[in-house]
Amino acid sequence: MQGPGDETPRVRRRGAVTVLAVLLAAAVHSCGPRGSGDVVTFWAFGVEGEHVAKLIPEFERRNPGIRVHVQMIPWNAAHEKLLTAFAGGSLPDMWQLGNTWIPEFTTLNAIEDLGPWLARSRTLRPSCYFPGIWDTNLMDSVLFGIPWYVDTRVLFYRSDLLAAVGYAAPPKSWDEWFDVCARLKRAHPDRYGVFFSTNNEWAPPVIMGLQEHSPLLKERNTRGDFSGPEFVRATQAFDRFFTNAWAPVKTTQIVNVFQAFAEGYFAMYITGPWNIGEFSRRLPDSLQDRWMTAPLPGPDGGIGLSTAGGSSLVMFRGSHHKEEVWKLIEFLSEPAEQLEFYRLTGNLPARREAWGDSALASNRYAAAFFTQFEHVVATPKVPEWEQIAQKAREYIELITMDQYTVGEGLAALDREVDIILAKRRWLVRGE
Amino acid sequence: MANRRAAFLFLAPALLAIGVFFFLPVLAAFVLSFTDFDIYALGNFAYARFVGLHNYAQLLGDPLFWQALKNTFYFLVAGGPLSIAVSLGAALMLQPKFLRFKQLFRTAYFAPVVTTLVAVAVVWRFVYHPRFGILNYLLSLAGLGGIDWLGDPHWAMPAIILMAVWKNFGYNMIIFIAGLQAIPGELYEAAAIDGAGRFQQFRSVTLPMLAPTTVFIGIITMIGYFQLFAEPYVMTQGGPRNTTLSIVYLMYQQGFRWWNMGYSAALAFILFAFILAGSVLQARMQKRWGV
Amino acid sequence: MRRIGRLLLYVLLAALAVLTLAPIVWMVSASFMPAGQSSAFPPPFFPRAVTFEHYERLFTGIRLARYLFNSAFLALSVTAISLAVNSMAGYAFAKYRFRGRDRLFRLLIASMVIPSQVTMLPLFLMLNKMGLINTYLGVIIPGIAGIFGIFLIRQFALSIPDSLIEAARMDGASDFRIYWSLVLPLCKPVLVTLAIFTFMGTWNDFLWPLIVMTDDSMYTLPVALANLSLEHVQDTELMMAGAVMTVAPVLVLFASVQRYYISGIMAGSLKE
Repeated sequence: MQGPGDETPRVRRRGAVTVLAVLLAAAVHSCGPRGSGDVVTFWAFGVEGEHVAKLIPEFERRNPGIRVHVQMIPWNAAHEKLLTAFAGGSLPDMWQLGNTWIPEFTTLNAIEDLGPWLARSRTLRPSCYFPGIWDTNLMDSVLFGIPWYVDTRVLFYRSDLLAAVGYAAPPKSWDEWFDVCARLKRAHPDRYGVFFSTNNEWAPPVIMGLQEHSPLLKERNTRGDFSGPEFVRATQAFDRFFTNAWAPVKTTQIVNVFQAFAEGYFAMYITGPWNIGEFSRRLPDSLQDRWMTAPLPGPDGGIGLSTAGGSSLVMFRGSHHKEEVWKLIEFLSEPAEQLEFYRLTGNLPARREAWGDSALASNRYAAAFFTQFEHVVATPKVPEWEQIAQKAREYIELITMDQYTVGEGLAALDREVDIILAKRRWLVRGE
Repeated sequence: MANRRAAFLFLAPALLAIGVFFFLPVLAAFVLSFTDFDIYALGNFAYARFVGLHNYAQLLGDPLFWQALKNTFYFLVAGGPLSIAVSLGAALMLQPKFLRFKQLFRTAYFAPVVTTLVAVAVVWRFVYHPRFGILNYLLSLAGLGGIDWLGDPHWAMPAIILMAVWKNFGYNMIIFIAGLQAIPGELYEAAAIDGAGRFQQFRSVTLPMLAPTTVFIGIITMIGYFQLFAEPYVMTQGGPRNTTLSIVYLMYQQGFRWWNMGYSAALAFILFAFILAGSVLQARMQKRWGV
Repeated sequence: MRRIGRLLLYVLLAALAVLTLAPIVWMVSASFMPAGQSSAFPPPFFPRAVTFEHYERLFTGIRLARYLFNSAFLALSVTAISLAVNSMAGYAFAKYRFRGRDRLFRLLIASMVIPSQVTMLPLFLMLNKMGLINTYLGVIIPGIAGIFGIFLIRQFALSIPDSLIEAARMDGASDFRIYWSLVLPLCKPVLVTLAIFTFMGTWNDFLWPLIVMTDDSMYTLPVALANLSLEHVQDTELMMAGAVMTVAPVLVLFASVQRYYISGIMAGSLKE
């Protein structure tokens, strides 16, 4: 209310205006991230993001003029963060890129052609890497990423449970795989032979499709080929696990995978290298001699194909620090750094030479991966792959739950995939 | 007070902000919904095409859209009335004149409203943990088996509904209290003189007099519930098996994860259409039932 | 009989209060538990040994102070600016007559039905063109464009007697002087209410900061907490500490000004 002492409104007014001005000024000036300057920005995801920062001091020691700022982003958010950053013009100088995402970013024209850099390098050659993995970094023969760590899926199994039903060695073909599951089921009707996390992972059924040599997409990757004969065969085989109750249909029953594996609730699991460390840590000591890894069984015997996964290091096309980024890429690709990174994260080195080191050579679980990496193949290199893979997982899960027959489910999947690829069809074929 | 210039100056900042940062994007979203702007167009603008109603048609044919719609309506139809009932109940319980500590109770019931949704979702995610969560523990004490709340397709949405009711009932309770306080005491006295018991007074005086308040609450609750996003994002990521996929979550997925921006914009307008229809419907009901 | 009825009512009220507060209390309790203690069956309600390790970790390893600052700065800025902007507009709608005034106001009210998510994508592209992605202004500017505040203020300003304003005008006061020295002080209750609403709303805002802020140094608390929860799924106690830090400021604010806040909601809900 108005009253005596009315000079206060004016003071208050000036005070308020000053505060506002300060706020506005602060807002405008203290705006963006630590952007340019002589700092190289590097985005890494998940576990890698947490640990790679520990390797940086050594790099900065060797390269006194360069400073690196590592930003860690959870995997769930990584995809949208990258795309948002691209749209917002705030991509970092370099980042970790899952190799199945490379096609997307080449479409966006966001990453640098590393061919010329590789040609000038004194330490890196394509032969340093597994061919299947190297291939995932090539789009139309142009190189866009340097593999950082590699990933694939192999068979983790309870060697004691398999031996008890007559399999001293892990199954080497699909027939043997079905057979060992049948035997396990007869021995323990309330347990399962294998666990597939169909509510979560798209890899196992897609891998079986790849093993049957399904192209997954057809007509220059503009249409789905999931109803093609190869993928139908693969899905029928995959579905056998569920119709025979060799794998649990209700995947959410298994709240703790490690506990279930330890209890023998299931004897086999298709998963990746990170679980070597996890299993070693979380399984009871009494169990450490009773599980093992093996390369995947193929449809007709021999080692089956698996996915060529992992992450690469890519360089932003618009970076102002390309020289420094390349130096960091070369640094992180050194066998010694690759091994150190392996020790920190359990992620397997992309660099073949690193595998000779005792740390890995003596890791009996890693041996299966080393073999498998010679038998890996890329998934279709289209930007829409991530979306397609999720759809495939959804429909195949419904097939395992008998909500669709194999034929119906895959036909429905193809219809959706065709819709997803509509734009690509127009671009590639003018439809 | 015909000083038009002054009025203009007073209005200018707000109208400018609203015009540029609200109405303009709404218009732009409308236009966007008729294009196939996507990741290809993001890399090269020439790859965006005008596609007319194609996005809308595609939405109608997309099973995921119908799933999201179903989930959102499930959330609305089950959660809305439940939330309103609990709010009304709490407001009524706080009515009696003899009651002490009213302020304290009111504060307790209102506390969840001001908490950050993300923080709440994180806590409740653990409350719902199949093994270590409090809820399953309480159920086990009552001799019932545990439920995998967030992992079971049948229970995931009820779990989210329960959390949403917990979070919001305090807000509507306050509005009900205001509405109840506005009912003139004479009406109750008159009804008592006519021989009406307490329950009959409730039916013949309280409920009708509360009708406009209830409709108001119904509308704001509905608008809020249509925009379900943070809970699925933090707790279930739309799963299990897309049973907690809401319209806004689908919009976010399509727009910011897969970068199908034209498609996402069409979805946004369908959301708007539903909210508009719902609001008009409720307003009509208010007119029909007096006041 | 009556006494039993009263007792029953108190019991019900108390039970509801316990149910309502239990998750919040547990959140605080768990944040002080040693790592891993909460993952036990039966779930513990009190810490075996009170520890501050999670809070330490939040502020050292995870740099929570930065997120706290971002949230506070944004909430305060948006509150201050939108209060100024909305009070001016609300006053104009209430006390000035000009052509199309009521129609314009009704249009604004009607547009409150449009969900903000509709604007997200184009707003993002627009702010991107203006170079405001990943900046504080990217959150502040869209935050000012709120219609609810104008509505509340107009509602309140309508009750100011015209005679007061006329008198001031006859004394030679300028329009701005009238607004600043006469109207604003009279509107203090609704301004306080609106300030609280806006502060809490901005503090708790999740989706927009999630989209706009791409650099982790710019995250607000809810975004950082969501990040934390997706990454550290096993570290329950750490996440509870993060949740406490996110919720504590608004709870404290609420506890101290709840009178205004609640009366504001009541006032806003009663038809004019």
